[in-house]
Amino acid sequence: MAGASSSSGVKAALSLIAKRFASSLLTLFLVSLVVFTIAQLLPGDAAQEALGQSATAEQVQALRHEMGLDRPAHERYASWLSGMVSGDPGQSLVANLPVSEVISSRLPNSLLLAALSALVAVPVALAIGIGSAMNRGGKLDRALNISTLSMVAVPEFLVATLAVLIFSVKLRWLPSIALVADDMSWGDYLRGAAMPILCLSIVVIAQMARMTRAAVIDQMDRPYVEMAVLKGVAPVRMVLRHIMPNAVAPIVNAMALSLSYLLGGAIIVETIFNYPGLASLMVNAVTSRDMPLLQACAMIFCAAYLILMLIADVTAILANPRLRAQ
Amino acid sequence: MTAHVEVNGLRVTARNAAGETFPIVSEIDFALKRGEVLALIGESGSGKTTIALTLLGHARPGATIAGGSIRVGDHEILSLDARGIAQLRGNRIAYIAQSAASAFNPSRTIMDQVIEPALIHHLMPRAQAEKKAVELFRALALPFPDTIGSRYPHQLSGGQLQRLMASMALVTDPELVILDEPTTALDVTTQIEVLRAFKAVVLERGATAVYVSHDLAVVAQMADQIVVLNQGRIREKGAADQILHRPADDYTKTLMAAARPAIRPAPKQAVLPSAPLLEIRDMTAGYGKIGKDGRPRIPVLRDINLTIERGATLGVIGESGSGKSTMARVIAGLLPPAQGEVLLNGEPLPPGLKGRSRDQFRRIQLVFQNADTALNPAHSVGQILSRPLAFYHGLKGNAARLRVLELLDLIRLPATVIDRRCGELSGGQKQRINLARALAADPELILCDEVTSALDTVVGAAILDLMAELRKELGVAYMFISHDISTVRAICDDILVLYSGTMVDMGRREAFRAAPFHPYTDLLIGSVPEMRAGWLEESAAARSLPRIGAPAEEADLCRFLPRCPARIDGLCNVTPPPRHQLSKGNDILCHHGEVTLTQVQGVAA
Repeated sequence: MAGASSSSGVKAALSLIAKRFASSLLTLFLVSLVVFTIAQLLPGDAAQEALGQSATAEQVQALRHEMGLDRPAHERYASWLSGMVSGDPGQSLVANLPVSEVISSRLPNSLLLAALSALVAVPVALAIGIGSAMNRGGKLDRALNISTLSMVAVPEFLVATLAVLIFSVKLRWLPSIALVADDMSWGDYLRGAAMPILCLSIVVIAQMARMTRAAVIDQMDRPYVEMAVLKGVAPVRMVLRHIMPNAVAPIVNAMALSLSYLLGGAIIVETIFNYPGLASLMVNAVTSRDMPLLQACAMIFCAAYLILMLIADVTAILANPRLRAQ
Repeated sequence: MTAHVEVNGLRVTARNAAGETFPIVSEIDFALKRGEVLALIGESGSGKTTIALTLLGHARPGATIAGGSIRVGDHEILSLDARGIAQLRGNRIAYIAQSAASAFNPSRTIMDQVIEPALIHHLMPRAQAEKKAVELFRALALPFPDTIGSRYPHQLSGGQLQRLMASMALVTDPELVILDEPTTALDVTTQIEVLRAFKAVVLERGATAVYVSHDLAVVAQMADQIVVLNQGRIREKGAADQILHRPADDYTKTLMAAARPAIRPAPKQAVLPSAPLLEIRDMTAGYGKIGKDGRPRIPVLRDINLTIERGATLGVIGESGSGKSTMARVIAGLLPPAQGEVLLNGEPLPPGLKGRSRDQFRRIQLVFQNADTALNPAHSVGQILSRPLAFYHGLKGNAARLRVLELLDLIRLPATVIDRRCGELSGGQKQRINLARALAADPELILCDEVTSALDTVVGAAILDLMAELRKELGVAYMFISHDISTVRAICDDILVLYSGTMVDMGRREAFRAAPFHPYTDLLIGSVPEMRAGWLEESAAARSLPRIGAPAEEADLCRFLPRCPARIDGLCNVTPPPRHQLSKGNDILCHHGEVTLTQVQGVAA
């Protein structure tokens, strides 16, 4: 009986996950529409931008034709979308290179920066959140509360500037600009990327730690926790075996939201440290009206966001026996 | 023999918002011998749970154990450090919580949680603990004892969870078991099964027990000694027999009186107008899409027919899930019925909220069970009561204020509460405001959904008195929904018994005094604990279900069949039961005639 119910539970969970996946794909499609439309609404186009103000109308017209900008919008959208689906996001209008090539030089940098920041931020945030929840109302909790609150409140450009002032100017430990080259050793890379990682981590640690604390505290007031105390369960076991299985869904959800920021929201940090990532590439694409590149970047950020949300949803489904065995 | 558990001069304090400490219980002394059961009895706020928890060295957040001594066996509980007390908890001293449904961790399997005390105190290896747990499941009469452990709490019923919690407490063979209102959240028919299981397993293993309850009749089944508490102090203590039959203290006498609801006679009826106030015809309602046969996907109520006369009181009774609240929702228009119609003063009401006129809304008012959630805590009493006055009667300013004062007088609250927020009032006062809000509309019918079940017995009895007076003064009719048959029998003119959404028994109050009843009504009445020792054992003897074959594939078989002690193979599991009238006037849905029912129930009653 138990076996039958658990196998049907697995089937139910799989179908639920498949549904979430399908709705993610649908969202991605809708986003492509919105991204394309917004890109069309930007004033000016790449032809105008490339030729400058002194160009004649005929010159601009000719370049537009060459770039394919004079075709009707729905035709351009269809060919762009089919290109995206088959893995070819088109030709960058400014760099005169395939968009995939331009992106592939930047995307690994961004992913690496995001992954390393997450690797630092997630354990620290969990430790701070759980630690302060377990000491609720105590001195440690108040100290952590004030520090996370001020971390949330301080803008990241200030954090970055202060970090440069301390670590580069005064202490001279770290370079103020993150140079990234293909043939760098890991040690050199980490030295260069240390400050961007630090700044990005600080921003997301604060958010995630506060959400973790709230989720854990919400569970601590439940009667099952008092019951476990009265069974003689020790505090550490209480958190790991009793509270976390119930708190993991809201925590993962909050983390997915924060982590999605590491990829797309890194623009300020990328600019300050001159880090060659995707976000600064996208901003350049906006100023030069390089629509294929802009659209491709937007789609990548959106896809990353949806993947993180999907992971959070799947975790929530797997963590909750009610959803698992629906 | 010296006492096994001894409590002396116990004092627990709490801190209020202004930072002042004040005692919540004080001067508590009691002692009990090994193997005895002591009951702590009192209303909410009497400190009974607080005292029970101190035996585990635990005080809830905000409270502090300020003084006194507690000895359990060789252990001085209050002189132990955190580690020492954790070693006793769940090991030598076990706790059974009030609501097992929320005291089990929703994300872990039952087995994991049941054997956890044995594992964390390193008493036995996992395999042995699981074996022991299964033995306990069997002893507690749980279904599928071998596999029930692999389930999650949401897959089990409240009564099952409560018994599983007992197995969790007993897996370590504790010397002291604390039972904190373990049956309060259960239906009366489930309560009797759980009590029986507890008595058989907890008490007969020789454990000493402290049983916390507000229900004297339940305590009468379990306790050797009783301590009566009021506002954190002991009012009376002594042997169970003495407290129950010869109480010395006035407060104990009040408690005893409130536990036996007084019969409130129906006022003389005026000449009846031609149409009844409310009539329900062939109503079926439920949730989900309505199928081809006109029934919703999850039917809750089927084929309901009833009338409420002007100024009359209809009691609707049944266990949780029987569709009582859904009936109120249908009448109020919150849930449109799938079939049938509701008539007010002979005119059909629109099924949903849409299309009902303001005047139709005014005539039917709903009073919810929980005044805490039904009243906006940010509003003052005056604001809450002015709203329906403005909405239904257009009263504003001074006229509204005067009417609010009249209403407060009607519900016997002082005029000074008008500017207070609901959060500052007691539970009973809040329920009065809840009732006054319905009265403000000047209704003809008030639907009362379990209005006293969240209240203490004494407070609840006062609310019932108030409702009876209002009925006399205003001539308002009630539909009184309850799970408590003794309350319903005391205050209602007509009684409707619902089982799983069908009307199984309906008649005048007088018809519910003596057998014959529908078998389910009989089970309900027989499950209400009586205030004498030995009742549980006597009632236990009468229950055995006759064997029947598999039920036929017929949608309208008797819904009570799986639990019916009077079922007949070849009849009840094959043909739908007919509705017929017994000679004392009640309509029942049953194959049995008057003679057989009297024979079966005459013995038990």
